[in-house]
Amino acid sequence: MYEYFYELTGNTILSTLIVAIFPLLNVLIVALIGVYLERKVSARIQDRIGPNRTGPFGLFQTIADFVKMLQKEDATAKDIDSKLYNIAPVLVFTGSFAVYAAIPFSSKLIGSEVEVGLFYVIAISSLVVGGILMAGWASNNKYSLLGAMRSAAQIISYEIPTAIIVLSIVMITGTLSLDKISNMQTAYFWNWNILGGAEFGLTKFLLIPFMIVGFIIIFISTLAEVNRTPFDIPEAESELVAGYFTEYCGMKWAMFMLSEYGNMFAVSAIVSILFFGGYHSPIGYLGNSLGIEWLIPFEQAFWFLAKGWTFILIQIWLRWTLPRLRVDQLMSLCWKYLIPYAFVNLIVIGIILLL
Amino acid sequence: MREYFRNTWLGIYTVLVGMKITFKHLFTPAVTIQYPEVKLKLPERERNRLYVNMDDCIGCDQCSRACPVNCIEIETVKSIPGEDLGVTSNGKKKALWVTKFNIDFAKCCYCQLCVFPCPTECIYMTDVFEFSEYNRNDLIYKFATLTEEEAKEKRINFEKFTAEKEAQKTAAAAKLKEDQKTAS
Amino acid sequence: MTIKTEQMVLNMGPQHPSTHGVLRLELEIEGELVKKVTPHLGYLHRCFEKHAEAMQYNQVVPYTDRLDYLAAIGNNFGYALAVEKLLGIEVPERVEYIRVIMAELQRIASHLVAIGSNGADIGALTPFLYLFRDREYILNIIEETCGARMLYNYIWIGGLSHDIHPDFIRKTKEFCNYFKPTIVELDNLLSYNKIFIERTANIGVLPVDTAINFGASGPTLRGSGIKFDLRKDDPYSIYDRFNFEIPTGKGLMGTIGDCWDRYYVRIREMEQSLKIIEQAIDNIPNGDVQSAIPKRIKPPKGTVYKRIENPRGELGYFIISDGTVNPFRVKVRAPSFVNLEVLGELCKGYLVADVIAILGSIDIVLGEVDR
Repeated sequence: MYEYFYELTGNTILSTLIVAIFPLLNVLIVALIGVYLERKVSARIQDRIGPNRTGPFGLFQTIADFVKMLQKEDATAKDIDSKLYNIAPVLVFTGSFAVYAAIPFSSKLIGSEVEVGLFYVIAISSLVVGGILMAGWASNNKYSLLGAMRSAAQIISYEIPTAIIVLSIVMITGTLSLDKISNMQTAYFWNWNILGGAEFGLTKFLLIPFMIVGFIIIFISTLAEVNRTPFDIPEAESELVAGYFTEYCGMKWAMFMLSEYGNMFAVSAIVSILFFGGYHSPIGYLGNSLGIEWLIPFEQAFWFLAKGWTFILIQIWLRWTLPRLRVDQLMSLCWKYLIPYAFVNLIVIGIILLL
Repeated sequence: MREYFRNTWLGIYTVLVGMKITFKHLFTPAVTIQYPEVKLKLPERERNRLYVNMDDCIGCDQCSRACPVNCIEIETVKSIPGEDLGVTSNGKKKALWVTKFNIDFAKCCYCQLCVFPCPTECIYMTDVFEFSEYNRNDLIYKFATLTEEEAKEKRINFEKFTAEKEAQKTAAAAKLKEDQKTAS
Repeated sequence: MTIKTEQMVLNMGPQHPSTHGVLRLELEIEGELVKKVTPHLGYLHRCFEKHAEAMQYNQVVPYTDRLDYLAAIGNNFGYALAVEKLLGIEVPERVEYIRVIMAELQRIASHLVAIGSNGADIGALTPFLYLFRDREYILNIIEETCGARMLYNYIWIGGLSHDIHPDFIRKTKEFCNYFKPTIVELDNLLSYNKIFIERTANIGVLPVDTAINFGASGPTLRGSGIKFDLRKDDPYSIYDRFNFEIPTGKGLMGTIGDCWDRYYVRIREMEQSLKIIEQAIDNIPNGDVQSAIPKRIKPPKGTVYKRIENPRGELGYFIISDGTVNPFRVKVRAPSFVNLEVLGELCKGYLVADVIAILGSIDIVLGEVDR
């Protein structure tokens, strides 16, 4: 992708910007449709109708909200630390957007094919913590401060089980490149990592239960990393009003919202790359059977988005089912349950791979 | 140790049970309605905005006295002989001109206490509930059918009548005194 | 070694999503640990008791609606019973039956809100909406009979404002059949959910002696394991004719008297209320519901105290009559007010998030606390 535009324009900065537009568009679309879906699915779950006034089936509701957000006065409290206050939403959004640089949307649509993509993703997504802490501190609001403290503790703790599970995947695949991990699970769904990977043999069947456990752990811990229910304690609406962004309004608030939905898609994408074959189709390609070469990347993008959206829908479904945990229970879930299970899982996978 | 695995199992199992229930609800039809377009049929005993049928009102002031928040204001003027006010639908003869019958719906608490004492059943609650206003004073509903001039006229008539009566009375009293004087 | 942190005062309310109205809690916290809770009341004070002195006896009834606005029938009921005792009126059988059925329907409606908002405080918004959907059935049934959805002014001194609607009996039976499976669904969705149990079990434990010392009543007291229900222990109206049980907290998920017990007592009470309704609904005798209403209410000089079991606990009316048409004094023993006082005791040493859970499990209505 980048090479293509580089050859076309001959300018590194220009081609980088052009390539960056695709994930940005994706984030915006995810936020727009994600908010709409969240409202509609929650309404359906709660036996309501949901938004249906703005446009057909209320499809333009989020767009209307976005326009409203743009028009809003940027009201701020008096005693804020205005520098940090203004940087924080940008930083949070940067953190969640930078993840997209390494995510392969299809074999042709990759921001940058870094060899250490997985490592980069885990590292760069920690940038969000800084932004959240800044927002909480700069708002000069006790609710914001409590929310920020909770959030920092939560995100940092939950990176450990995520990293351990990622490690076990890396042990199987032997690479950190997200594109290569996707390519190893090509062709059909029985080649997915959750079903033991592409290599056929005894190891594959031995791996299956441990891969399922790994998937559950990484799904739970990514939920916690993006502050979704039941782990939405940093913004716990009924306790801390809105947590670290209590004092924000208008576009700055929209930035937090945007990054939340951007994050949701990013972690869904990573889970689908690690366990569900990334952009590869589970049932073979239409382009291959018809012999139309250029159709394949589009199909791949379709499958990738479909997998991402499936996980987003599951996240929404979970959110409207479960109550939220308390802050110390969140920690004990991470340190007492997820990390031991993840460790045992890692060791067992290592032994199986030695066989 | 058993507790540990039991907790893990319960955590996963109960979450799945909850997810099953919410998934079922995803496909049940909505119970809400689209309010301004679709309206529920309200029961006939619905207690919303009051209405006063002034044709039947005899100005007895009982509703005003029953009201716990004093939101009904009634002023009446006695009719003078010769004026025909008509009869109410249940055959009561009206004897008072109702010059003012105001209900302040900003104060009204919709308790229906005013409805029961009414002897002619002219004040009752309707099922109208959409009558919000931007100005609080617009919530004062004036039910009196007489115009201001008419009301003034009636008042002046009555005052004139009482004055005449008074004059007659004093004249009669004076005459009586005179007669007594002459008699003695 | 303990690490001392600076104490911080957190003002929760009066504008806060989960203080159930306009309660203001002043929390002294160390990090997230709550050291002291001071409730500040009075944001919804409407001078009910002073108002009542200027009203005639029957005019007070609509004001009582507005005390515990989630259980208005209960408030009417208590006041009517108190004045009837003062006047020495016997009400017809039909009135008694209808009053009991209405009060039990209202108890279910009130508990639905209590349970739902307790869940919503903890983060489960979906059960909250399911419960409001079910509450709507009850409100529709009552609306059909008396015309109002929340502030009924239904139970009058010596009678009722309306006789029941012809459809009332059929619809109430339909509701009973509809409601039983939804309790099971609620249990599965929320009561036995591991996260919900973690959040409420062993939290805010109210020991029996503390509960008694603070004068707590209703589900707050029964959650601590005491079988005290005025419907059984001091039967008023015709409650002694019905067969029902008093659910108490048993500490199924943790300690006796924790938030989960208080929550669970409410669910089981709804089942018992259904039982009472089912026993009463077929036995309503014929009669005139307004025959015993006195034309002019002028009780003799004297005082009276009457207490009933409202959904939130013991609701008492103390009335002094000086022989005129207006009461000389009306004092309300509001269960929410008394139960709220336990909050300071319960919240010590728990986290900020637990304060919300505990407050939700005590279930206060600010209209009644502030009066």
